[in-house]
Amino acid sequence: MSDTTAPTSARFGDWRQYIIYLGFVGVFVFFAITLGHKGFLDTNNLLNIIRQTAMIAIMSVAMTYVLCAGEIDLSIGAVAGLASVATAMTMDIGGVPLGILAGLTTGIIVGTFNGFLTTRIGIPSFLTTLAMMGIAKGTSMWISGTKAIPILSDGYNWVFGGGSIGPIPFVLFWMLALGALGHIVLRNTTFGRWVLATGGSETAARYSGIKTANIKFRVLIISSMAAALAGMLYAGRFQTGRFQLGEGDELSVIAAAVLGGTSLFGGKGTVIGSIMGALMIGLINNGLILAGLEFSQQLIARGAIIILAVAISQNRKQS
Amino acid sequence: MSPVAEIKSAVVMSAVSKNFGGVRALSDVNLEVRAGEIHALLGGNGAGKSTILKILRGVVAPSAGAIEVGGVKLIAHTPAESKAAGVAMIFQEMSLIPTLTVAQNIFLNQEIKKASGFIDDAEAVKRARELFKSLDVDVDPHAFAGNLGAGQRQLTEIVKAISQKAKVLILDEPSTALSTHDVERLFTFLKKLKAEGVAIIYVSHRMDEILRIADRATIFRDGKHVITAPLSELTLTSIIQHIVGKESKGLTGILRENTKQDRVLLELRDVSGEYKPKQVSFKLHAGEVLGIAGLLGSGRSAIARALFGIDPIQSGEILIDGEAVSIQSPSDAIKRGVALIPEDRLRQGVVIEHSVANNIALSIFDRISSKGWISGKKQSDLAQEKIASLKIKTASAAHAVRTLSGGNQQKVVLAKWLATDPRIVILDEPTAGIDIGSKSEIISLIRDLAKQGKAIIVISSELNELLAACDRIIVMSDGKLAKDMAREELDSSSQKLNATEAMQYAEHRLQETLQEVRSHV
Repeated sequence: MSDTTAPTSARFGDWRQYIIYLGFVGVFVFFAITLGHKGFLDTNNLLNIIRQTAMIAIMSVAMTYVLCAGEIDLSIGAVAGLASVATAMTMDIGGVPLGILAGLTTGIIVGTFNGFLTTRIGIPSFLTTLAMMGIAKGTSMWISGTKAIPILSDGYNWVFGGGSIGPIPFVLFWMLALGALGHIVLRNTTFGRWVLATGGSETAARYSGIKTANIKFRVLIISSMAAALAGMLYAGRFQTGRFQLGEGDELSVIAAAVLGGTSLFGGKGTVIGSIMGALMIGLINNGLILAGLEFSQQLIARGAIIILAVAISQNRKQS
Repeated sequence: MSPVAEIKSAVVMSAVSKNFGGVRALSDVNLEVRAGEIHALLGGNGAGKSTILKILRGVVAPSAGAIEVGGVKLIAHTPAESKAAGVAMIFQEMSLIPTLTVAQNIFLNQEIKKASGFIDDAEAVKRARELFKSLDVDVDPHAFAGNLGAGQRQLTEIVKAISQKAKVLILDEPSTALSTHDVERLFTFLKKLKAEGVAIIYVSHRMDEILRIADRATIFRDGKHVITAPLSELTLTSIIQHIVGKESKGLTGILRENTKQDRVLLELRDVSGEYKPKQVSFKLHAGEVLGIAGLLGSGRSAIARALFGIDPIQSGEILIDGEAVSIQSPSDAIKRGVALIPEDRLRQGVVIEHSVANNIALSIFDRISSKGWISGKKQSDLAQEKIASLKIKTASAAHAVRTLSGGNQQKVVLAKWLATDPRIVILDEPTAGIDIGSKSEIISLIRDLAKQGKAIIVISSELNELLAACDRIIVMSDGKLAKDMAREELDSSSQKLNATEAMQYAEHRLQETLQEVRSHV
């Protein structure tokens, strides 16, 4: 039995791991043909897709780590909103550097809470971050009085989300830089390898001497930091801090990562795949809007496309 | 065999004792293993083999005694200390990450890095390939661990241990999951390691393997050291004698009345599973207790899983009460009146935090409720009846199963299944982890059930338990039914023996049969 099982080589893998690239190209070509006359291929439209999905992509980089370590983070959307509010309010009183500091500190604090509760108290991250989602949203509504807080610094707004170099939106550089960093760390450093090991089999990782609780703690902090940064980018793009920014993003981000081939069960995933997943979701949103679908129809179509893509990309579970 | 002149002890454990609560798992045992030898550690269930290995690996701290590895005394008794001293243990299917490649697994947590500080996977693949090559085994370093067969996984785990410069390698039943071909590869591999001066501790119930590969053996019985000797001074018979011992195990007092009826309740015709069992046929009568014996991996539990629909059969026929049935799932099996009392009762048998009464009613809530409302009276009547008939010792029916002793927890599991009123009851290791008093009570219960006309299958690795409980014993080997014999065939016909001696005689015979059928495969 054992000696007849042909091992699948990591170099070739199975075709499903490339589904996101095939899907991306397929969806792109489909929209290019059907919606070309409505301006789908216009440079401006394509750059708009980048503008709209960069934040999702950035959060999906961190979500890849969380999922690979066998955890989940549902609080990111609310954390993004809270960070946008914290940044805007602090900047109003203390200037731009303090505002940036406040946004990042928000991420560190929330991440530390999530990590502590999950790894030291032992509450599953699903529950920890679900509860944190409410706490973060409540806090941002409370401190802002549910009002939008304008950001008047043009410099901040340019760097964080609003600016362009020529026609290229500056958020594209944020996305590429963080994506490259995330990819290299996951693939080429011991930390990345230990994240994959922890999610692949926690028992085996612990027996190999890896401090799995610390790994999980760290990925949850990374996730909150990425969410806070995304919130600050939203704030710059809209020149406003507001509690609704990022609302519901956690689902798009998790969908992006899973579309990109990251396993919800841990141990498997790539940062590039997640970014492609985010772009594909952006592509679909854009296409559905151009096609003239109502918002209600967009929701249905988007849900159906995501289910289809994930169903194809997941390995059939052994019965 | 290593010449006496250059004896170098890799491991010296002297006068080691270990108490778990009030139970003495090890008392004053010695274990000495030399560099460059394969040392077999033998003994029956509960002899203390795994306890002493856990102590050596630093997972368990001894209550008393001294341990030296490579001349260095172990003081802290932590896994880190043992690992630093060069002790590695192969945990079956536990130390590999399925989603990483073989090379990545081997160097996990000791990653090879480039000058830039990044992981050098290409170098890891190269070194893994060299390691495999030097040991003459063929495993693709690029393959995912999760896609390896059992044999290659086992070899990878060993190579991982070796890459960490292990001086003492512990293998606990390493051949269980391996094919004959893979066992040969493992042996070649172990001989190479031995030639390189690694001390190997090899635990197995398969005596043919021990006789082939081990240089010396240490035998434990009931937590005590019995003998350490070169294999050249031991025979299969003398080894079994040392393992079985001479003391009574307290199961001699159980009465085996002949309660077998003419009606055949269960019949298997050429039943095969995907892997195991292989073409197994037997009949089981109402009122009969059938034992299934066999070494680990022989396919004894596979029969239970097939009959209960966990691993449905691939070919052959199962007949219940003369009627061919298709059992595709546990719920099919329950409908047909089959009950399986699983080995791992804490995970599969009871909801430990729930009350005794709740657990007993767990599988028949539909029968004691109407329109979805559970009848409290019916439930408590049922609980009281079972507590009385099985003599379950609990403060009350409302107490959580957690508060009960192991033996009484097992009775709750039994009660739960008896509540479904099964015709065929399968018990997998019914007395694992249970004290001797409860053991004989449970065996008596099994005999009572037979008297009530139920057909019973007992699967056990404890031979004296099978001998005490069963009317007939079948012996499995490599998934096949190797022998089907009446219990009396194991009794001595010529000698006049007292009860304890008769039990030992039978146990010896059965042990010999188990080893014998293996060499005939």
